[in-house]
Amino acid sequence: MNLLGDNIWINAVIIIVGSGIVVAISAVFGLLYRGVDRKLVAHMQGRVGPPIVQPFRDVQKLLMKESIIPRGAIPWLFTAAPFLAVVATGVLLLYVPLFGQPALLGRYGDVILVLYLLIVPSLAFVAGGFASSSPYATVGSQREMIIMMSYELPLAVVVLAIAWKIGQATAANPFLMSTIGAYPIWTLLGPVGVAGAALMLLALAVVTVGEAAKVPFDIAEAETEIAGGLLVEYSGRNLMLFYLSDVIKAFAMVAVVVALFIPYNLSPYIGVQAALPAGIIDGLFFLVKVFVVMFFSITLIRTGMARFKISQASSVYVLAMTAVTLVGMLLIWIDSMIF
Amino acid sequence: MAVNETEKTTYTIPIGPIHPALKEPVQLVLELDGEKVVNTDVRVGQVHRSIEWLGMNRNNPVQSIYLAERICGICNICHPFCLVLAVEQAADIAVPPRAEYIRVIAAEMERIHSHILWAGVAAHEIGFDTVFYLTWRIREEIMDLIELVFGNRVTKAILQFGGVRRDITKEQLPRIRQGLDYYKSIFEQLRRVFLEDETVKMRCRNVGILSREAALKLLTVGPTVRASGVPKDVRQDQAYSAYADLNVKAITPDMVTGTVVGDVYDRIIVRLLEVAQSIQIIEECIAQMPEGPILTESKMPRLLKLLTDAEGEGVGRVEAPRGEDIHYVRMESGVSTLSTWKVRAPTYINLVAIPTILKGMQIADVPIAFASIDPCLSCTNRAIRTDKATGKQSVIDYEEMHRLSVQKTKELMK
Repeated sequence: MNLLGDNIWINAVIIIVGSGIVVAISAVFGLLYRGVDRKLVAHMQGRVGPPIVQPFRDVQKLLMKESIIPRGAIPWLFTAAPFLAVVATGVLLLYVPLFGQPALLGRYGDVILVLYLLIVPSLAFVAGGFASSSPYATVGSQREMIIMMSYELPLAVVVLAIAWKIGQATAANPFLMSTIGAYPIWTLLGPVGVAGAALMLLALAVVTVGEAAKVPFDIAEAETEIAGGLLVEYSGRNLMLFYLSDVIKAFAMVAVVVALFIPYNLSPYIGVQAALPAGIIDGLFFLVKVFVVMFFSITLIRTGMARFKISQASSVYVLAMTAVTLVGMLLIWIDSMIF
Repeated sequence: MAVNETEKTTYTIPIGPIHPALKEPVQLVLELDGEKVVNTDVRVGQVHRSIEWLGMNRNNPVQSIYLAERICGICNICHPFCLVLAVEQAADIAVPPRAEYIRVIAAEMERIHSHILWAGVAAHEIGFDTVFYLTWRIREEIMDLIELVFGNRVTKAILQFGGVRRDITKEQLPRIRQGLDYYKSIFEQLRRVFLEDETVKMRCRNVGILSREAALKLLTVGPTVRASGVPKDVRQDQAYSAYADLNVKAITPDMVTGTVVGDVYDRIIVRLLEVAQSIQIIEECIAQMPEGPILTESKMPRLLKLLTDAEGEGVGRVEAPRGEDIHYVRMESGVSTLSTWKVRAPTYINLVAIPTILKGMQIADVPIAFASIDPCLSCTNRAIRTDKATGKQSVIDYEEMHRLSVQKTKELMK
C-alpha cells in the first residue's frame, strides 16, 4: 500500500497538519480532564482543590524552571527519554479514534500497533529513570517495568477476545479500529456474552488505572516510599514533557477503552445528518464518554484506595485480572457456541 | 563454556534525613536485596537543640516548664508533666486533687489528638490520602476543645509546680461533653475505615512484625509494645496523678481480634482503642473531679524560694501517646536552677526496635512500618560530627565534648 496515496502532496500536508491539530487538541483536553479529575478528587476528600486550569499552570511553570541534569546521569539518555515519551504518546493518538471521528492514520495501523505504542512511553519513563543514576529512580524504574509486564497480559487478552468475536461477524480485518467501531461488541453478543464483555470492561478499567499510574498503582512514583521514584531527578522542561506525556497517555488510554467498548455515535440516533452539526455533537458525546470512563476507572478508584505494594499490584494483574479476562473470554466463546 | 556464577549483591538506599515519608529528620540507611530490606541502620542527630542544657540554664525551674513544652510540639503535656512530677518529688510539693484531674484531662486530650494525627499520617504513608483528609478533619474537633479549655490549639501551657495554671469552669463542661459525644458517634465509622478496609488490611497485616519476645527484649514502650501483646502502661502499672483513682487497663490487640500478631495493623487497633479509652477517662474525670484549689502555692516569689531551697532528686514517669516518658531532675539547695535535667523520650527506646521491625520487609513497607512506632525525633537527639572530606560521621560523647570545650576555653583565654 502506498502510504501517502495518489495525491502525495495533499495527503502529506493533511497528515502533518492533522497530526499537529490532533495532538494539540488532545493535549488541551487531556490537561483539562486532569484538572477536572483533581477537582473531583478534592471535593470527594472534602477539600476545595486546585482550579480546573491548574494543570495548564503547572505546565507553564515547569517551562520556566531550570532543567537540571544530575551529576552521574547519562545526559543524552536523560534528556532524550522525555522527548521519546511525549512523541510516542503523540503518535499513539494518531491511531486511536477521537472525538467521534475515525483515527487519522487508522488505515495504516491497527489495535495491535496501539498496544505496542502504549508500551513505548512506559519504556521511556524506565529509561529516563535508569539514566538519572538515583537509587530512588532505579527502584522506581524496576517497579515500572514489573507493573508494565503485569498489565500487558490482561490487556492483550481483552483485545484478542474482542477482535476474535468481531472477526466472526465480518470478513474485514477485525483488528482495525474502523472495523471495531462499525461492529460494536455488545450488538454481537447474547446475554452470556454481554456478561463476559462486562468482565472485560472491568479488567480494562483496572488496566487503565495502571496505565495512568494512579493510586493504587502509582507504585513507580510512590511519593512516600521512593520520593517520586523514576521522576525524582527530573525538573523543568524535561519534567514538563513527562507530565504532558502522562496526561496525553491517560487520555489516549481512555479513548482506547471508548473505542473498544463504546464506539457509538450520538448523531445517527437523534437524526442529525449534516456533517458539521453531526461532527460537533459526536465530538461532545465523545468527551462525555471519556469523562464517564475516566471518572469510574481513575478518579473513583484513586479516591477510594491505598497504594498497593509491587508484589500485590503485580498479582492483581497477573492473577486476578487475567483470570477475570479469561472467564470473560470463556463466556464470549460459550455465547457464540449457543447462538 | 562454563557460565560464570554471578554473586547476588545488596545495595544501600538512604531514607532521609529529608524524605517525604519522614515528618522529622532522621536517616534510615537500608541495605536492600531487590525490594527486600536486609539490614537497617538508624542515624539520629539531625535536630539536636541542646534543650536539656538550656533547661538547666534558665533563671529558674518555672521557665524550664515552658521549655519542656517545646521539646516536642505534639507532646506538649507529657514532657512538662514529667518535669513537674520530677520536681515535685524532689522539692516535696503536694498537688491539690482538682489539679490532678485537670492534668489528666489535658494529657488525655493530647493523646486523642496525637493518635488521630498519627492515623492520618499512617494513611498518607500507604497512599490513602482520602482517609488522611478524613481523619485530620475529625481531629479538628479535639483541637477546638483544647483551644476552648486551654486557650490554645496546640501548646497548652497549663502545668505549674504544685498544680495547674487555669481551672476548667462549669460553663466549659457542656461543650466538652458535646465534643466527646461527637467522637463516640463517629468512632464506629473510624473503626470501619481503619480495621475493615481491604486495602488497609493488605498494607498493614503482617507488616513490620515485632514479636512479644523481641518487644520485651528491646524494652519497647507505649502502643508499640502493647501491640505485641505486652500489657505495659505506666497509667496502669505505676499510676500517677489522678490515674490512681481511675483504674486504667492497658490495651492489647487481642481484645478485638483474639490474637496478637504484633504488626502494623495491631498498632492501629491499639491506638484506635486508646482514643475510645481516653474519651472514657475524660468523662470519668469530669464526673469525679472534686471542687477545690488548683494550685498549692500561687505566690510566685514564695514558689521560687521553695524551689531554690529544695535539695534532692526526682523522677517523673508519664505515659505519653508514644509510650513511657521519663524525666530525671536533681536540685541543689541554694541553686535557683535545675542542677541536672535528663529527658528520655519514648521514641529513643522504640527506635532500637526499628531494625527488627524492618527486617525482611519490602521498601514499600518501610514508611508505614517506621511510622507505626509514631517516631517523635525532636525528643531523641545527640550531637553528630560529620567530616566533610571523608564523609565519616561520629557521635560526640560526653568526654569528647568536655575535652573540646576545655580546649576552646583555653584558646579563648590566650
